[in-house]
Amino acid sequence: MSINKDSNIFTFSFAIMMVLVVAISLAFVSESLSEMKKANKIDKKKINILSAIKVKSDRKTASQLYSEFIKKSVVINSDGEVVKHKNIDSLAFNIDVQKQYRDKTLSKQDKLFPLFVAKKEGSEFYIAPMVGSGLWGPIWGFIALESDCNTIFGASFDHKSETPGLGAEIRESFFEDAFIGKKILDQNNQFVSVDVVKGGAEAGSYHQVDGITGGTITSDGVTNMLKSDLEVYNNYFDKIRE
Amino acid sequence: MKNSLLSKKNRKLLSDPLGDQNPITIQVLGICSALAITVQLQQALVMSMSVVFVMVCGNMIISALRNVIPSRIRIIVQLVVVSSLVVFVDQVLQAFLPDVQEKLSVFIGLIVSNCIIMGRLEAFALGNTLWPSFLDAIGNAVGYGWILLAVAFFRELFGSGKLFGYQVFPDAWYEAGGGFYLNNNLMILPPMALIVVGVIIWVQRSRKSFPEELLEEN
Repeated sequence: MSINKDSNIFTFSFAIMMVLVVAISLAFVSESLSEMKKANKIDKKKINILSAIKVKSDRKTASQLYSEFIKKSVVINSDGEVVKHKNIDSLAFNIDVQKQYRDKTLSKQDKLFPLFVAKKEGSEFYIAPMVGSGLWGPIWGFIALESDCNTIFGASFDHKSETPGLGAEIRESFFEDAFIGKKILDQNNQFVSVDVVKGGAEAGSYHQVDGITGGTITSDGVTNMLKSDLEVYNNYFDKIRE
Repeated sequence: MKNSLLSKKNRKLLSDPLGDQNPITIQVLGICSALAITVQLQQALVMSMSVVFVMVCGNMIISALRNVIPSRIRIIVQLVVVSSLVVFVDQVLQAFLPDVQEKLSVFIGLIVSNCIIMGRLEAFALGNTLWPSFLDAIGNAVGYGWILLAVAFFRELFGSGKLFGYQVFPDAWYEAGGGFYLNNNLMILPPMALIVVGVIIWVQRSRKSFPEELLEEN
């Protein structure tokens, strides 16, 4: 019996077979490479954390430099209270703030906020992860504050799918470096955060940096991200400042 | 077998897309990715190799299945084959070359929509046996790749003074070091890729006459 190639049955069986073969083989590939991808992600996170305190590292040196500079980890809740845990370092590092951010079923009270305390050249720095939304997808970053819990020592941002040449510029050093020396508190020690301003920051302002031309929505995303996340960390900082 | 493995006809399959039938400079296909990922040679190289892999595997799979694929869903079948190969490439890059993968990001995924690949599957692999399909795939993918590399060479050299990330122009040449030279930032921007491709097309046409005339000769 010859098979009628144009029959519906043949077409459907061909499609089903094809989908099965493709699905199984891709799942197998993805699964067998997952260990390496996980290790790459961990390295990348360490590189990003380190770059917030201006320590340059690559995938080879990240782990070693990370344990050299990051001395302590803290996990806080949205009220700024410290969460206790047996193995706080690994808990803090493994909190996926992006996943938490995406999960709409979590209320703010349920979320955990990791904070990394680094020691570099004798002074302490607090490195806080941030996560927010850009124009096309998530944006995230790390802000390092000096030991006064107020002055920004360094910032590193990254994004998933912002427009190259426009919003994607947030991960370039000219944008990140603009945050250095800015303050999250005003003169009366009230929380104000740092805004990314379209049209340019006021000269000498401690709370504004220049926006990116053509990347206004991404810039606003950074502003919102800093405001909502730094506010949480500020609850905790208020307690140490006392 | 009528033709020997490297008969004149088969050699033409391989050599035509490198020059006279180049997918980028003559057929003007796949321009989008040629503009986007030619800022650095490394990216262009990884991209070219990915395209070579996807193209060769895709062409051969489709050619092997050409008598079985139901003609009503052939475009879908081609798309599924190409996209699974692309996902495979993306996964391998994520595991072994995470930094490059990050920079190429969406462009690896966009290989799916690279019209060169779909075009060759539909126009060639569906109607030819394995060996010619293999040669055709290599020819077209390498034809695409060498243009990418050529464009990336000029853009990286004049845009950042580097090749494969290594500084080529000595620091003393730069204005910061008291020299006379400044990197041309325009080279980094996408429009320059179009201009460099344009120059390559110009050189090619002035040496080999116009493809429109070639068509008439044939």
